[in-house]
Amino acid sequence: MSDVHRTIEAVWKIESTRLIAGIARVTRDIGIAEELAQDALVAALEQWPEEGIPEKPAAWLMTAAKRRAIDALRRDQMLEQKHGEVARELELKQQRLADALVEILDQVIDDDILRLIFTACHPVLAMEGRIALTLRLVGGLTTLEIARAFLVPEKTMGQRIFRAKRTLSEAHVPFETPRGEELRTRIGSVLAVVYLIFNEGYTATSGEEWMRPTLCEEALRLGRILAELLPGESEVHGLLALMELQASRTAARKGPEGEPVLLLEQDRSLWDYTQIERGMTALRRAQQMGGGAGSYALQAAIAACHARARSAEETDWERIILLYDALVQISPSPIVVLNRAVAVGLARGPVDGLDALDHLGQEPALAGYHLLHGIRGDLLMKLGRFAEAREEIERALAMTQNRQEQVLLRKKLNEMPKE
Amino acid sequence: MRFMMIVIPKGYEAAAPDAVPSAEAVAKMMEYNKSLQKAGVLLALDGLLPPSTGARISYKDGKATVTDGPFAEAKEVIGGYWIIQVRSREEALEWAKRAPMSNDEIIEVRQIHEMGDFPADVQKAAEGFSDLPNAAAARP
Repeated sequence: MSDVHRTIEAVWKIESTRLIAGIARVTRDIGIAEELAQDALVAALEQWPEEGIPEKPAAWLMTAAKRRAIDALRRDQMLEQKHGEVARELELKQQRLADALVEILDQVIDDDILRLIFTACHPVLAMEGRIALTLRLVGGLTTLEIARAFLVPEKTMGQRIFRAKRTLSEAHVPFETPRGEELRTRIGSVLAVVYLIFNEGYTATSGEEWMRPTLCEEALRLGRILAELLPGESEVHGLLALMELQASRTAARKGPEGEPVLLLEQDRSLWDYTQIERGMTALRRAQQMGGGAGSYALQAAIAACHARARSAEETDWERIILLYDALVQISPSPIVVLNRAVAVGLARGPVDGLDALDHLGQEPALAGYHLLHGIRGDLLMKLGRFAEAREEIERALAMTQNRQEQVLLRKKLNEMPKE
Repeated sequence: MRFMMIVIPKGYEAAAPDAVPSAEAVAKMMEYNKSLQKAGVLLALDGLLPPSTGARISYKDGKATVTDGPFAEAKEVIGGYWIIQVRSREEALEWAKRAPMSNDEIIEVRQIHEMGDFPADVQKAAEGFSDLPNAAAARP
């Protein structure tokens, strides 16, 4: 790629969200808005290498999009004329669109971006469609970049994005920010999308890599954008805190061979303490707003307990158990109960830990979940019940697709004393 | 990837100790800062007092010598910085191009070395970093 192309790509990444959001306010359809914005990008790719990067690239792109919009309308006009619509009326329509697009040129407002985010994360879409559209429209990533991040062929990702846009269009999803009661649930949907993107990056579920930092950084950026757009929503700050605190451990999570290093074995000097500080600030903000008992804020508070401990031994496990108890109250998922059991095992010993795990054996949601067996294996090993431990670890090994996790589990098997 | 955008304001090397930017300049800067924040790229920012309030410490043969500011020989001094997290060097340059700077002012853009980029022996040497005051700041 040439320098000017890389610059155009950078300008696109900075401007595309505002551009699409602004156009969508006029077109009311984010699929059409994105196409027009893409057309403007194509025009930039054609002209900027020749003419140089314009002084106001955002305004240039918006003007180009406007021209394309009017061209498109003319084409539609010719089609519609066949249907007998009065030419004068269409001319007016064309003028109105042009005027509207000129008007938004300098005043894309925060609400436009917020509307774009809520629409991309609309519950009418399947979760993977929401994720793809959000990264594409709000993150400014190319289809190829998203496809690479999720390890699927570009074509597959392209179809996923195309289908999502079509679904929104067919369902006549309005380009608006929900109000009242609906706002709560819709914010929940947006935050879930962002956290899924983060987690996909933080614990890659398959493939060679244990982490895909691009997705983590992208999710963090989305989180910061949301904290600006919805400053009064405590769970937004809770989620941002959770992601910052988890991501602060990134450098310590990978050993010299790229193998995963689990939390308690991590070299804490490698944690990013400026990032921890950002996470703590976001958490305090959530708590000061009275949102300390929200699901993300509680998880962030647990992460904060780890961040505060100078060594694994100094971890305040009893406080972590209390936080998990609160979390179980509001989102009683088996995974939360599983994590609580780990904390119990560390705070009160492996016998209590196994006890807390025992209720989970029959949980259908955890069938096939390798961590349950991995954790049980660890606890059994601590009790010297090596034969049973070996059996559990082998079961976990058969269940995970992530190669790095497989390496970790094999290492455990090799190090286990024979009975 | 993280970048530091270092501001080198014109004439700041000779600024009076009590020099403050004009309200107009601050307003423009706030608008720019807000745009960084809204784009979700801003991690940190600070402005520095004039060099006449600072000092330079130079080292020779294990001896440290303090020279109070202003620094007669300095042509360019730092006035402040932003730390941004972006996806490419070009994106960092694009953000720098948008900063409200006056004639002949300079922004130097430099990528931040991430701990994970260092070889294992350097990482080892950095151990114990968490005992520094930096870490204490993370404690509430």
